[in-house]
Amino acid sequence: MHNFDFVKPGSVAEAAEALKAEDAMALGGGQTLIPTMKARLNAPSALVSLSGMAEMVGVSGSDPVVIGGATTHGQVAAEAGYPALAALAGQIGDPAVRSRGTIGGSLANNDPAACYPAAALASGAVIKTDRREIVADDFFVGMFETALEEGEIITSVSFPVPAKANYQKFLQPASRFALVGVFVAQFDSGVRVAVTGASEEGVHRWSAAEEALSANFSAEALEGLSVASDGLMSDLHGSAEYRAHLVKVMTGRAVRAAG
Amino acid sequence: MTELSMTVNGKTVTGKAEGRTLLVTFLREELKLTGTHVGCDTSQCGACQVHVNGQPVKSCTMFAAEAEGADVRTIEGMANADGSLSVIQQAFQDHHGLQCGFCTPGMVMTTAALLKENPKPTEAEVREYLEGNICRCTGYHNIVKSIMAASGQDVSAIAAE
Ligand code: FES
Ligand code: FES
Repeated sequence: MHNFDFVKPGSVAEAAEALKAEDAMALGGGQTLIPTMKARLNAPSALVSLSGMAEMVGVSGSDPVVIGGATTHGQVAAEAGYPALAALAGQIGDPAVRSRGTIGGSLANNDPAACYPAAALASGAVIKTDRREIVADDFFVGMFETALEEGEIITSVSFPVPAKANYQKFLQPASRFALVGVFVAQFDSGVRVAVTGASEEGVHRWSAAEEALSANFSAEALEGLSVASDGLMSDLHGSAEYRAHLVKVMTGRAVRAAG
Repeated sequence: MTELSMTVNGKTVTGKAEGRTLLVTFLREELKLTGTHVGCDTSQCGACQVHVNGQPVKSCTMFAAEAEGADVRTIEGMANADGSLSVIQQAFQDHHGLQCGFCTPGMVMTTAALLKENPKPTEAEVREYLEGNICRCTGYHNIVKSIMAASGQDVSAIAAE
């Protein structure tokens, strides 16, 4: 790994300042960034650690549930008063990864197979940064791409809590990411369905399923629907057709489990 | 190089690290605590697991600088004060929970973290908690058995010796 300056700011304002340096990057829990730096896919001049700021850590509120950007998956799993979200956090990676990885890091990276983007998009979460608030529908732009600007820091994420919700993940056993994961959230205003792991564009909503489930919240409502494999990922773990099939299967399971 | 200071196995220690120095490198090369192993260096195997402020962490995937001021525990800090094996370590010995022993430091640290969170886990919970720990030798069976035994549960019904 190439060397870099390690910076540990004491406040969000200091962190934002430090991130103005050329080729500086923010360090969340490092569970993705450190492996990519070892592989020399990333070689920042400075890493600005976001782990030392109390203002960015913690879980509060009941609706919305507000989670600090530097809160670990383990803490969300243990403390979030939004059961489907807590369960999702408790299934990310393994226990040691959950002690370090953070929600802000996961959302900012927007891995096309990550779990948190599905929760944020299905819940209609609001991502708060050091500059503004971004609704989830505008936040996820494409594979590994978000609406975040250079040096922008996710300070917290605010999740409206649905009446019913569930996340079902078909595990890619080697990476423990989702081969396909589906988050279903039923609000009074309608149902939102977000799919991760499937599309080359990253996390996205499945609007046909949302319509069907808003009219009739049951797995049977999905029967007549099918998912096109165009634009879905294809790799050694599963073809685009296989993933398309899984999207429907996992959506059905999520609806059943949501009750 | 900067000077880092942290508590490791109850003692305050200091040592030098670059920005890129991983916690496992700091432990092994600076502090000469070589009980923490590197099996993969890619976050998969868990041989490098230690506890940082009571939480299990893969020390190959954390910068040493992030542990500045932290309370770190490694396998060297797991035996009883008189040097005898802890309950967890003894259970691994009694139930043949290791063969080559390379994964064992991580297995013991993971077990300690699990039993703190869940003192009487089911066999399924043990297997799930071991998701991030790979063993090339044992086939896991006796590791699971050792962990169940360390939690004080009867393991006579769990498979054959
Ligand atoms: S050496 Fe750290 S997980 Fe394998
Ligand atoms: S005992 Fe050899 S790797 Fe586990």
